[in-house]
Parts: sequence; structure tokens; C-alpha cells
Amino acid sequence: MSDAVHTFLSIDLLPLLAATLAAFSCGLLGNFLVLRRLSLMGDAISHAVLPGLVIAFLLFGTRASLAMFVGAAVAGVATVALVELIRRFGRVEPGAAMGVVFSVLFALGVLLLEQAAARNVDLDADCVLHGQLETLFWVAPREWSALFSLDWLREVPRQVVTLAIVAAVSLAFVAALFKELRIAAFDPGLATTQGIPAGAVNGLLMVLVAAATVASFEAVGSILVVAMLVCPAATARMLTDRLLPQVVVSAIVAAATAILGYGAASLLPHWLGLAGSVNAAGAMTVTAGVLLTIAVIAAPRHGVLARAVRRRRLATQVQVEDLLGALFRKAESGAAGTTVPTATPHRASLHAARIARRRGLVSGDGPTLDLTPAGRRVAAGLIRRHRLWEAFLVDEAGWRSDHVHEAAETLEHLRDVRRQPLVPGIAPDRDPHGRSIPGGADPARPRSEDSA
Amino acid sequence: MSADDAARRSLAGPQSGSASSHAPIGRPRSVLDARPEHSADSPLSVHAMTVAYHRKPVLWDVDYDAPPAALIAIVGPNGAGKSTFIKACMDLVPRASGRVEFWGLPWRKARQRVGYVPQRESVDWDFPVSALDVVCMGRYRRIGWFRPVGKADRAAAIGCLERVGMAELAHRQISQLSGGQQQRVFLARALAQDSDLYFMDEPFAGVDAATERAIVTVLRELKAQGRSVICVHHDLQTVAEYFDDVLMLNMRVVAAGPVAQVFTRENLHKTYGGRLTLLVEASEAVARAGQQP
Repeated sequence: MSDAVHTFLSIDLLPLLAATLAAFSCGLLGNFLVLRRLSLMGDAISHAVLPGLVIAFLLFGTRASLAMFVGAAVAGVATVALVELIRRFGRVEPGAAMGVVFSVLFALGVLLLEQAAARNVDLDADCVLHGQLETLFWVAPREWSALFSLDWLREVPRQVVTLAIVAAVSLAFVAALFKELRIAAFDPGLATTQGIPAGAVNGLLMVLVAAATVASFEAVGSILVVAMLVCPAATARMLTDRLLPQVVVSAIVAAATAILGYGAASLLPHWLGLAGSVNAAGAMTVTAGVLLTIAVIAAPRHGVLARAVRRRRLATQVQVEDLLGALFRKAESGAAGTTVPTATPHRASLHAARIARRRGLVSGDGPTLDLTPAGRRVAAGLIRRHRLWEAFLVDEAGWRSDHVHEAAETLEHLRDVRRQPLVPGIAPDRDPHGRSIPGGADPARPRSEDSA
Repeated sequence: MSADDAARRSLAGPQSGSASSHAPIGRPRSVLDARPEHSADSPLSVHAMTVAYHRKPVLWDVDYDAPPAALIAIVGPNGAGKSTFIKACMDLVPRASGRVEFWGLPWRKARQRVGYVPQRESVDWDFPVSALDVVCMGRYRRIGWFRPVGKADRAAAIGCLERVGMAELAHRQISQLSGGQQQRVFLARALAQDSDLYFMDEPFAGVDAATERAIVTVLRELKAQGRSVICVHHDLQTVAEYFDDVLMLNMRVVAAGPVAQVFTRENLHKTYGGRLTLLVEASEAVARAGQQP
């Protein structure tokens, strides 16, 4: 084993592992918190454990990690219970309940700390905020064979073992109770009437969130815990519409965030020529935010860019159709070969003419255009929809015939057959203004998207 | 209490032992303990139910026996306790007193025969599930704890979506459905529950005409299969057309029984407190009810 590898194993492996496990657990459970609008529960828990830590210290007189963990876990579960009680009986929204509980419990912890003069409880602001990831080092075995003998497991710090257990339990919990978690979050009333007590399922979820928070915040700090409960779930939500893919994607995003963030923390300052390294948990939190931002902007369906592109395409589509419609009406009135209509702003109509020409819907040079056969079919379909809508609005909806044109001008662009106004077979052949309605559906549909 | 109810009550035999708890003060025990003899047939029997939120009573001393295989409307003004009534029947909100039985059985034993359609606004329609996922939720009890939704369950759920005319939208995310389509998904989920008694909380609220017709068709199918449906209903105009029985509620039971007998102008007046606009609607509704055979 080379020195570089040994250094990595000794110095980087455990922090990286701890951060990945913490991110994984929080990311997985965070989905259900976000869906239940309880995203800040992790924040509440990670602050409210302070009195639990102090009381555990006072009771057991030791900073032994097990005692502290138990104290923190009890405080975490108590936080969850208090939030739920205040929400139910105080008749306030969950955010307010969480705000009250965590500030009061944190303050209580500070008071206890001062009163007991137990200042050697090692819980300064730094530790709470960004954890002690960098202190997790060990002396890795020198030989590869020693890694496989599993004796080294005893050398692994307790935090990492706890995190591994919490991650395994979280995964098992979500996998086993997936459909129960889904129905309890979506429709607690139906769940309960079906014998799946939503309150108990959600309570169990909260206990696990408390365990994951307590196990994680010690290593990675409360800021990263809060980020990991919210960001991966929100990122995955941008990428998918179903719960199972969302949960899988969020777990992957969480783990990737930890690894990327850790890498950035150790490598970026080096590349930028700065001395030392930055706080790893901080770098991971920033990474989580960056990934979420990228997803919000660039997600394939729900992203800002994708929606802008869809809107733009739709606008072009409408302009092209309006152009074809205008040409069709001109041809109907006997004037063949016409100029680009200027009812729409000039640039937009030029753009529409360009697109229509590229799609082979119109022919002709410069400002004079003619419908091609394909363009004629599309235009006939459009005019048909327009006049059917006019007929429908007059005959069925009772509008006056001089009021229907503007409405039909919008409705004609709806391409979904289920939204067409008339049942085939009883369609009229004239619109309210006496013009004939071109027959048949248009077979040439350049685009199948629904413009609604 | 209608004359019919009173007659039933006077015929009722002595109380069986199990239900002597929660006697409200000020009521003679003999009346409380009286049980209509047909409560084993009745899909829902409610006795002396009182429900309070934060010490304010919402329902007071409600007695009701639902007839079997009937479509039943619960009507009453806002805040009359209509939703609370069905939630209290299913133990979703705690009762201060009273007893609820389904076919003579307590809720815990009858639960698997009772379906529920909550108000459409009660859930988050941005939730990442498809229409099919939602319908499958109706079968979770049957599937059982820890087990995933199987192929057979999905096929059954598709069948339920077909019955409400939504099969082709099965894989749409629910936020992309219209209000009427969402309500149909809820109805399909109720069908997936395959229950003998359904509670529906305003299934007709804010739906389009096509959906309203689809819902009515399904309700009639359910009745033809011998099932009962109890709907919280707001539209007095359609009570006589859609429903067999009506429970008129305003904290207390104002009247209950067949629409033709109890859905009268006088009872509507009592239920709604005689507000003018409502009276106009009500008299129209009564006129329609009169036209029904």
C-alpha cells in the first residue's frame, strides 16, 4: 500500500464515510418531512438536543459517548412530541410550533449548562453548527490484507458506527414501510380508516428523523443536517413526479453531495492556491444548494429553462398557425399568393414565416407566401377548429355571434381531441357567420403537444 | 326525530349488555338503551353521539339509523357538523359520548367493510403520485403491512379507473388533472376499496357536469349491488334526484328518513334557520321533489 493511499485511508476515509452516511440517512428521511411540510424539524431537533446532552452529562457524570447519545436521542424524540402537541392543542401551524420548541429547549440547555457550571461539556457553537468531521481520523492498517481481516472495525470511531447503523435502519424502514409512509403522508384520514394508523407511522418516522439528526449533527453539524433533510428531496422533486424515483434520486443526490462537497473542501483551496482547507461540512452544504439550484434551472421537465423553452415553442406554434390561418382565409376570398400578414408584430410574423417555410408549410420568396399542400391541410384543420368552436359557442353556449371570434381565436389552438367541442357525426358544416367548415381532422399535426 | 323513528324505538327490545357506557346526564337510560331491532341490518347506527371541539359542541345527541342499500345525503348549513359526523363515525375525531355500530358491529370489526372519500381539498394534489398510485391506495389494507403493491392490485385499480372513465389518464401525475378528474380518481379509489358502506365528503363539490353524471352513475351501480353510500351534500337542488334518504343536520338531527317524506319545506326551514336565499332554493328543491314519484 502506497503512502498516499494510506494517508487517504487514515485521514479522509472516515470523514467521507461519516458524511456520506449522514447525508444518505437524512436525504432518505427528508423526503417525507418535505412532503409533510415539516422541513425544519431537523433544525428544531438539532438545537433542542442541547438540554438532553447536559442532563445526560449531569446524570451520568461522564462524557462517555453512549450516555450523550442517549440523552440527545431522548431530547430529540421529546422535541418531536412537543411540536406535535403544540401544533394540535395550541392550534398553530407546524412552523410556529417548531420555532417555539427549539428556541425554548435550546435556551433551557444554555441555562442548564451555566447553572451546572458544566462548562467542560464540549458543545461550543462551532461544533453545533459545522460538526467535527475533521476530528474523525484513525490509524488505518498498513496492509491491504489487514483491511479484510475486519479487526480494524474495532478502531472505527463510535460516531461512524452509529451513523452506519442509523443509515441501515433508515433504509430498512423506508423500504419496508414505503406504501404506508406514502399513504400516511398523502391522506392520513384514509390511511387511518384502513387500519394503517397515520399518526403512528408518522411518529415512527419522526423518531428515526430524531435518531438520524442526533447521529449526524455530532459529526457533520446542524447546518448540514438541515440542508440534507431538505435539499436532496427538493432536488429530486424537480427531476421526477413519482415518489419511488424521488426517494431513490434523493438518496443518490445526498451521497453525491457529501462526496463532491468533501472533494471540493480538500481540493479547491489547493487549486486556488490558498493555504489549508475549508470546512468540509460547510462545503457540502454549499454543494447541496448548488445542486438544487442547478436542478431548479435545468431540470428536464419542471426546470425554469425547460418551461421557458416550452412556452417559446408554444408561442411559435401559435404564430405559425395564425399565419397559416391568415393565408387560408386570403385564399378562400380568392386572393392567392399573399404577403406576410402584419396583424402580429412584424418580427414575430417574420419568425413564424421562417419556421413555416422550414417545415414545408408555405412556399414563396421574400414577403410573398403561398400555402403548400401540407400547409393547406394544417390550415384547414385550424380553420375547422375555429369555426366549430364558433358554432358551438353560439349554438350550445348561447353566445352572440359577433362575440365568438376572439374566444375561438384562442380555442382553435387546442389540439387535444378530447377538448374539441363537438361530437363527430353531428358537427355542423357552417359557422355562425355562414362560412363553410372545412371537413375532416387534420392528419398533418406537426406537434402533438397540448397547448392548454 | 321522525314519527317513523319513534315507532321503531318503541318496538325496540332491551339493550344487550355491551353498550352501557357513556350515558349522558339528563337522559333516561331506557331511551338511551333502546335499540332498533334491525341494527344488524343497518349499515350505520348512531346512538346519542356528541362531539365537541375545544369544549364547543359540534354535534349534540345524534341518533341515526341508515337504511340498507340506499344512497343517503347529509345536508345542513356550514358548520352544522356534517363532515364531523362522518369522521366521528369512523373514529377520526373523538366522540365525547355515544355509540356507533356498523351492521351491529363496532368500528374496529367493521372497518374493512367501510370506505371513505375525504374532501378533495383535504389532500396535497402536488404530491408526487400518479392517478393509478392514488387508486392503489384503496387496496393497501387488503395488501397488508410491509408488502408492495402487486400486479393484480394495479390491474384492479386500472379497472376502477375505467369505471369512472379515467383509465387513459392513469399515469398522469395528479396535479395535472382537473378538479373533476381528481374527484373521479378519489371515486375510483373508493371503488378499489370494495366496501359495503361508503362515506363521501362532498363528492360533487366543484366538479364539471360530466363528472357529476359519472359519479351519479357509479353511486347507482353501488346501490344496485346492495351497498350503501352516505354523502355530505351541498346542492339542495339535486338531493331528490340523486338520493333515496336524507339526514338533515344542524348540530342536532333535524329530520331523517326517505327524501319524499322528510325533505320538506318545513324541515329545510328548521335546518337552515330560515335564511331567505336558502329558502328560495329550498322551495325549488321541494317543488322538484314533488315531481319525483
